Amino acid sequence: MNDTNGTQMHLEYPVQGGDFSSAGGASSRIKNVLKRLGIEYETIKRIAIASYESEMNIVAYAATGKLLVDIVPGEISITAVDIGPGIPDIEQALQEGFSTATPLIREMGFGAGLGLPNMKKAADEMVVESTVGIGTTVKMKFRLT
Amino acid sequence: MNLSEMIDAYGLTVFAPPADGTVEAAFGYASDLLSDVIANAGKDCVWVTMQTHTNILAVASLKDVGAIVIVSDHKPADETIATARQKGICLLGTGMPAFEICGKLYAAGIKAAEG
Repeated sequence: MNDTNGTQMHLEYPVQGGDFSSAGGASSRIKNVLKRLGIEYETIKRIAIASYESEMNIVAYAATGKLLVDIVPGEISITAVDIGPGIPDIEQALQEGFSTATPLIREMGFGAGLGLPNMKKAADEMVVESTVGIGTTVKMKFRLT
Repeated sequence: MNLSEMIDAYGLTVFAPPADGTVEAAFGYASDLLSDVIANAGKDCVWVTMQTHTNILAVASLKDVGAIVIVSDHKPADETIATARQKGICLLGTGMPAFEICGKLYAAGIKAAEG
């Protein structure tokens, strides 16, 4: 089963910038909700990749942010909103291998320039909006068949 | 080969036991880049890595990884071990470097993970 049986839902999960120790918590909670709704595994997997990368981007780069989940019949949206430095060149940020990560972040196995490309591959649609000095919003859509 | 048999066969250190030792270790993935693992590791796979911090547990849990094997005698932090036990995530260790344990697992029939 890969639809939501008519369920409509809006969920919000706060994510704290710099808090590597509880990073991944919001994504785990989202995954558990989707499992309970009976969403098929392939879709849960795509959303897990996208929500985790979004969450890690907030943790690694932003001051604070949240993941918004909107579930409507036929579609799930994940929106990552942060208050942070913003992305000066979105095209560049979407290129595999481009990263502004600090050495500390890289040592932990992040910052390989794979985050946004992974999100784009996982989602059916992705739109990135960013204002330097204000923050970034990434909206991703996942169609249910 | 299931997870319990794998632990016995290669003398792996058990920091946190598998929730179900009978889960088949059919696939493997080796990487220290978490973005690579979250994208490409598959369900029930054996993930070979040198990373030891708690973030490996979120990645393993999100992708339903069967077991994490930390190589070259690197020890996870106490906090990582405690969280793995609490969440039922199988956390193992070996003195072998990544290339060696991967080679042994591959020779034993554990194939590359299907993302």
